[in-house]
Amino acid sequence: MASLSGALLGFIGVFIVLRGMSYIGHGLSHSIFGGFAAAQLFAAQFYLIGAGLWGIASALAITSVAKRSRVGADAAIGVITTASFALGVALFAKFGTSGPAFENALFGSILGISVTQMVGLSAISAIAGLFVFFRYRALLFTTFDPEVADVSGVKVGRTDAYLMIILSLSILATLTVVGVTLVAAMLVIPAVVARMLTDSFPRMLALSTIIGTLSGLIGMYLSYYAGVPSGTMIVLVGAAVFAVVLAITGGRGLRRSAGLDAHVEAMAQPAAASR
Amino acid sequence: MTGTGVGPALIKLENISAGYDSSIVLSDVTLTIREDQFTGIVGPSGAGKTTLLRVLLGTLPARGGSITTMPGLRTAYVPQLETVNWNFPITVEECVLMSREQGRRMPWASASEKREVAEVLDRLGIAELSKRHIRSLSGGQQQRMFLARALLRDPQLLLLDEPTSGVDVSTRHDVLHLLADLHEDGVAIVLTTHDLNGMATHLPHLVCVHHRIVADGTPEEVIRPDVLEATFGARMDVLEHLGIRVVVDEMREPRFVEGVS
Repeated sequence: MASLSGALLGFIGVFIVLRGMSYIGHGLSHSIFGGFAAAQLFAAQFYLIGAGLWGIASALAITSVAKRSRVGADAAIGVITTASFALGVALFAKFGTSGPAFENALFGSILGISVTQMVGLSAISAIAGLFVFFRYRALLFTTFDPEVADVSGVKVGRTDAYLMIILSLSILATLTVVGVTLVAAMLVIPAVVARMLTDSFPRMLALSTIIGTLSGLIGMYLSYYAGVPSGTMIVLVGAAVFAVVLAITGGRGLRRSAGLDAHVEAMAQPAAASR
Repeated sequence: MTGTGVGPALIKLENISAGYDSSIVLSDVTLTIREDQFTGIVGPSGAGKTTLLRVLLGTLPARGGSITTMPGLRTAYVPQLETVNWNFPITVEECVLMSREQGRRMPWASASEKREVAEVLDRLGIAELSKRHIRSLSGGQQQRMFLARALLRDPQLLLLDEPTSGVDVSTRHDVLHLLADLHEDGVAIVLTTHDLNGMATHLPHLVCVHHRIVADGTPEEVIRPDVLEATFGARMDVLEHLGIRVVVDEMREPRFVEGVS
């Protein structure tokens, strides 16, 4: 389960990181955590569905706010997800008593997973895989060059919305394994490491998934022996892989991953482009 | 082929306005793009060149007026090199293949798609670069790659945003010749430029833009001091050299004083 979580987050993370939206993982996981808390109060038995809808609503709100106003995606993420997190926690603090342990949701615990959640995680991984397989070209085009994709007849808005829904579901499904505070790390680390290792998009997608899987697997074992929460160890393994790859590839890897978070930075390099 | 547009209309704008949020960048624009056209949209930065291009592309909705587009028109677009994320992990071949995004296709390229990509890269003289990462190309090669991506769509109308901005003189010549060849092959071309001598005066048809259409015609009709002043807001002189118009700034103040280095 931990490997599958790592694989899923590593896989989806490639698109998120390349879109310069690394921060959205952090924001959405908190937002979903808020939804988690709130949904338990109103429909305890359906809290996963509630939290999922809460997350999807936040994700779609972010895309639409970022698109329609002068507010950038980072600011939109900051406002919407923290507000959604705060609302959830406030509701829980006021009315909440029971439900899955908060600590498990915060830091992740493989023991806290029910059969339903396992099925859910497997199903969402399958959906994410199929979605990327069938919409691969549209996803790649809209991630690289949304304006030209639009002109070329790609349904950019719809593709973005689907990706946000898949992302929300992935975060929801992996929340109890990796934990709310660390989901964001597993969305970003494998993708960045993979980017440092290759210049090819399909290879980056494969490598990121493999790195996510291995981080999940190794982190899980280590967390058992070290007696620390699983999410913590999974992320530490990911970070260790990052450090090792950085040491091996040195400046070359860093140059490749430069500008992943800031397209603006890449835009400001006409000199490099016209060399 | 005259380049000034004699064929059937591909896109017709009538009295359209366009802008972003509450600001209007272009107003009362009436313009027809025809089958045989090779047009440069000329104007200073912020005058609405890119906005006009976006309206023609259909990515920016016009406010008021009417737009008529020929049914089934195949349009392709080449963005400004400066707006591209050159760190994106993608090879030349993968970038060109992006154009082929219709229906539910497999992630990988089919044999016929590979052949088509190879052909178009060969046509643009960058066949040997197909496996290279996009960042490793020179400015001219990057421009050719995007042209290849556009041509894979077999367009009737090709729109380019500042195709020669930030490139050196020989690359500019290359790009201009490539576009002239494409135009010869029957592709209508519309590009934006603020480079008068390097680009605009070599094109058969120009549209001067300054929040509205200041002038629309051949270089002989348009490259005139009064039109240029209305477009750029600065006095310019027009000379003639080997049959081509050359624009020079009329520098009044400050003057460089002799003896002062």
